Amino acid sequence: MRPVPLTSPGGPTAPAGRRTLGAKVKFATRYFLRLLRTHPSYAAGYVIVTVVVLVAIAAPVIAPYSPITADPSVYLQSPSLAHPFGTDNTGMDVLSRVIYAPRIDLAIAVIGTAISAIIGTLLGAWVGYFQGTPGIRNIASGTTMRAADVLQAFPVFVFAIALVAVFGQSINSVIFAIAFVNIPIYLRLMRSQVLSIRRMRYVEAAFVSGMPDRFIIRDHIVPNAIGPVLAQLSVNIGWSILLTAGLSFVGAGVRAPTPEWGAMIATGFPNVMTGQWWPSVFPGLALAVTVYGFALIGTSIEFMADPRRRRTLAAAQVSA
Amino acid sequence: MAPVLEVSGLVKHFPVEGSHAVVQAVNGVSFTIAAGETVALVGESGSGKTTIGRCVLGLVPPTAGSIRFRGRDMGRRWNVRSPALRGKMQLVFQEPGESLDPRMPIGRSIAEPLRLGSLDRAARERRVQEVVQRVNLPLDILDQYPTELSAGQQQRVAIARAIVTDPELLVLDEPTSALDPTARAEIIELLMRIQRELGTAYLFISHDLSTVHQVSHRIIVLYLGRVLEEGASRAVFRTPRHPYSVGLLSAVLLPSPGLRRETTFVLEGEIPSPINMPPGCPLATRCPFRIDRCSTAFPDAERIGPQHVVHCFRHEEVAAREHATDTFEEFQRIAQRILAARGDRPESELAGIPALPPHRQADRVEDDTER
Repeated sequence: MRPVPLTSPGGPTAPAGRRTLGAKVKFATRYFLRLLRTHPSYAAGYVIVTVVVLVAIAAPVIAPYSPITADPSVYLQSPSLAHPFGTDNTGMDVLSRVIYAPRIDLAIAVIGTAISAIIGTLLGAWVGYFQGTPGIRNIASGTTMRAADVLQAFPVFVFAIALVAVFGQSINSVIFAIAFVNIPIYLRLMRSQVLSIRRMRYVEAAFVSGMPDRFIIRDHIVPNAIGPVLAQLSVNIGWSILLTAGLSFVGAGVRAPTPEWGAMIATGFPNVMTGQWWPSVFPGLALAVTVYGFALIGTSIEFMADPRRRRTLAAAQVSA
Repeated sequence: MAPVLEVSGLVKHFPVEGSHAVVQAVNGVSFTIAAGETVALVGESGSGKTTIGRCVLGLVPPTAGSIRFRGRDMGRRWNVRSPALRGKMQLVFQEPGESLDPRMPIGRSIAEPLRLGSLDRAARERRVQEVVQRVNLPLDILDQYPTELSAGQQQRVAIARAIVTDPELLVLDEPTSALDPTARAEIIELLMRIQRELGTAYLFISHDLSTVHQVSHRIIVLYLGRVLEEGASRAVFRTPRHPYSVGLLSAVLLPSPGLRRETTFVLEGEIPSPINMPPGCPLATRCPFRIDRCSTAFPDAERIGPQHVVHCFRHEEVAAREHATDTFEEFQRIAQRILAARGDRPESELAGIPALPPHRQADRVEDDTER
């Protein structure tokens, strides 16, 4: 065996030096800022979501009143300096309740979406990887997909109400319902990605190297297929907030007096008839703006995940 | 000692979706590979050479036939992942970019086959550094990602990963077809050096005859999943006896217009569909030597040299018409002189090769520093 030279010169295309992590972060930050400058609506999305999150965290500090203490002497007061968003029919301060509500709404939506994303992604990776291979695992894959078909065939809202009805009315039930109805989305998304990725050469190379399937799925399949799932997350959180509010609106979600946008709209709803619009409109606006913010972030992630559009922007960045 | 690989009567049919027809990708192919030997499978696209490689590696199950590795029959449900075989066989793909996970640093990709072994982390790292140096790559690529490398470097990484477990057999599926000529020459040289140093057996799948001529000890000419001619590389290249081999050789591009082709015919038309093939010689539709028998029966193997076997009724007529050709040898001599060219020798010494303009000569000097 010939002695191996200890150093070897790089090929003609070897980069002159390693790009440090700091430089990469700097480049990514500049790129991100440029994206926000060229697309102000994306920036608006990030601002909205940041503000909502900060408000939720700082709610005890910034809310002028307790969100669950009723003061019957000031019920249904129109917006004023003392109560900028007015008070509802039990005399609770609408502004304070609007400020506290994202604590519940965001928590339910984020946890529910996270659970569904994790379960859906893993199931989708598994189903996509084994679909078409001979044996029991192919049958299991097919069964899983048909089960997802059945889940998706139900109207989502009706299905969620049924779940809450079965498991009782509590925050946990709402989270469970949201997680459950979202799983098929991630399952399908992941499966379609994996079906193409499992044919990649590097997966075959790992197979020939003797790697067990679980290692291949963990190291190659999931990291390469996860992109669209991440893009879906933000949109899905916004959608889950809507679903939470919707469930509460029909009385299947969070119970009064817990501050929650959907429940607030529902309790203020009868008063709109008689001209007291503020108990419903302000939580409704907060809800709409928040969902819009998450949707904008989702769009921006989609933009960044598209290599062609990303390259155009990066090229502009380099030349700028 | 048993040969590294023994393939006998390998058949692989793929069902055609929505019908009872099958694609007859491989139709009874047998061959052996000894330790340290390079056997080349050559043929046009669709001749089944890649399918054979994939069967050998267990990526697709064979329809019939047996595959023995070191004398052990692997049976139908043969799986390359069984612990006894782990790391004994590796492969290198045609597409260097696609064979590396774009989200995995090079160092981890190369170390991957070692992760199931008995080596601890430090030993694995030492081993990875050793193979990276063996394929002439700088150590700092270990932290880089595949997209940061050139195609030639990516292919070196793929080779490094393949040899990291010290395999006995390497399946090389067109390892140089996607590379530019400089990178190709470097990869070929690297593969030959690795074989000299480690004694690895190669199953070399290629349609590039000049590469095959350079690296292989024996070649097997495939057409529509059947072996048409088989023999020592030198014998097949000097005295091809099957019309198809002659046609393949005459299709090689010569580097100099001054070289004369010795062959008197070219194969016309395209490779026919491998679905529902008629009996007889698969080349019968395209062969200028065709007689009636050709379309009814596939000729048996006829031994015409120590290792040289041909499947053709009329190989004697082919021999009579096609004199031993040294065109290819001449081509190879020129090619080797080009490969061996250094900056310290005037380019114009190379016969028939125009000298490079001065600014390109500088490039070439730089390319050569790696060797």
